[in-house]
Amino acid sequence: MKYFPLIWATLWRKKTRTIFTLLSVVVAFLLFGMLETVDYAFSHPSNGVTGADKLITMNKYSVTLALPFSDVQQIRSVPGVSEVTWISWFGGYYQEPKNFIFALPVDTDSYFNLHKGEFVVSGEQMQAYRNTRAGALVNDALMKKFGWKIGDKVPLHSTIWTQKSDGSLDWTFDIVGIFSVKDPTQAGAQASSLLFHYELFDEGRSFGKGQIGWFEERVGDPSQAAQISNRIDALFANSPNETKTQPANDFTMAFIKQFGDIGFVLRAILGAVFFTLLFLTGNTMMQSVRERIPELAVLKTLGFGDGKVLGLVLAESLLLCLIAAAIGLGLSYGALPILKSVLQGVELSPKALIPGLGAAVLLALIVGMPPALRAMRLNIVDALADKR
Amino acid sequence: MNEAIVSLRNVDKRYVRGKQSIEVLQGLTLDIPKGEFVALMGPSGSGKTTLLNLIGGLDTPSSGEITVAGQRLDKLGSGALAHWRSNHVGFVFQFYNLMPMLSAQRNVELPLLLTNLSAAKRKANALAALTLVGIADRAKHKPNELSGGQAQRVAIARALVADPTLLVCDEPTGDLDRKSADDVLHLLQMLNRDHGKSIIMVTHDPKAAEFASRQLHMDKGALLEAGTLV
Repeated sequence: MKYFPLIWATLWRKKTRTIFTLLSVVVAFLLFGMLETVDYAFSHPSNGVTGADKLITMNKYSVTLALPFSDVQQIRSVPGVSEVTWISWFGGYYQEPKNFIFALPVDTDSYFNLHKGEFVVSGEQMQAYRNTRAGALVNDALMKKFGWKIGDKVPLHSTIWTQKSDGSLDWTFDIVGIFSVKDPTQAGAQASSLLFHYELFDEGRSFGKGQIGWFEERVGDPSQAAQISNRIDALFANSPNETKTQPANDFTMAFIKQFGDIGFVLRAILGAVFFTLLFLTGNTMMQSVRERIPELAVLKTLGFGDGKVLGLVLAESLLLCLIAAAIGLGLSYGALPILKSVLQGVELSPKALIPGLGAAVLLALIVGMPPALRAMRLNIVDALADKR
Repeated sequence: MNEAIVSLRNVDKRYVRGKQSIEVLQGLTLDIPKGEFVALMGPSGSGKTTLLNLIGGLDTPSSGEITVAGQRLDKLGSGALAHWRSNHVGFVFQFYNLMPMLSAQRNVELPLLLTNLSAAKRKANALAALTLVGIADRAKHKPNELSGGQAQRVAIARALVADPTLLVCDEPTGDLDRKSADDVLHLLQMLNRDHGKSIIMVTHDPKAAEFASRQLHMDKGALLEAGTLV
């Protein structure tokens, strides 16, 4: 601690340079924190199948490959499965692609039975939904976002499904009800949701009739979830449509992962950022030490040994990186709620920020070591020769 | 005669630059008694600073023996030399060589960081040293807020604060006007006379050399003469 005032003063010897260096490292660690958090969410799914009360059965090879609707009867017959519903990916947007709508065709009875107690819909509106073939139940946040009202007819553009009647990708729905979710932690995940009748979807589409995207099951005893999952998959082993059954949370992540290896993409971005940062910060540290050669020589003259001089330069690098990392990671922690709202259905953990401190120490050692070694090897006589 | 604080026996110093070997000091033998204020004079390139570096433990001889404050410096490694310097030598440079980002007091405290003194004790000792050199009122000022003479006084306070046996001064008045130079020289004289500090000062300035109790002249790596001034 007695060296802290010296290290601190040295760090701020050139304030502007230190501030800019600090800012660049802060931004890098802000990005690190955010991307690492997302990566953590994808690489740390729920704690296995055991304990899950809801399972998802999808095609073993990809969620983009359909399953036959007829499988529902076999899944229903599996002991321990208390409800089964089926869903397909609609892939819709409103007016323009940036207005993505999480539109899902659902079987009304089985879907709301399986999700009993999770949605809040008035009885009158639920009845209206049941009675309206083109009816849609829309999440309250989505209603607010687009200023929709009950009774509005909303055209959604599907990126996949053409209509049998005219080959159009545009589907029009009547908003007959608004739903919200009871669990506030799920509010973000459901903020873009619109539910409509599976019958309308299946009968109206020009291809894929009789096929579904995935099944969702409720299990009576969550402790049996692993066995139930195995039993379901065993039913379709060696069939043309083998299945993979997993907890619902894992499915959400797998669904997003279909767009690419998220972890690889995130690590590639981080790698590029830190590679650039190494050069930037390393160069700054090197320049800083170069400018202070006479001062370092004076310290050595006063009796500071090689190890102490090495330690002082490394400590300066460490201090800079740790302060910047703490600020950057703190900001990314503050951004967690925003990330959660963007990445619906993905649970983010602040635990993912812990590797950031490790990365800061590693960065400090890598960028600090070359100038520290240079300072350590400094020949006092040569260094003082220019400035006595 | 007092015991020698500095004793050199047949000291050679060569620098190798590429394939060329440059002989800077040749067979130098010298004794400086404890408590003496010695001015080392001579033309540029005569080897004054090299000799000062050897005596201060900043450099090691190519051959010969150097004993300072009872320690054979030519036998010490760089770590041991650093430790020895922190205990026995105070350095004063021509351009002060203060840390620009530290206050005068923090600059003076630097050598004390190598001791086990508490922060309060370090501060007290630094202020005492600044008081001794007559500049305690500028303790909070940074070097760029001080005049040359004041900065050199701070540098002398830094050299003194760890209570070294020997002060090694390389052109301490080379960057100062006459008045400031005289003040600094009077200060060094006082430290030698009243506090018993042994001082070796390299200077080009004959007037500065007059403040010393002995003048040594060097040329081409050898001592020309030695005499005690009245």
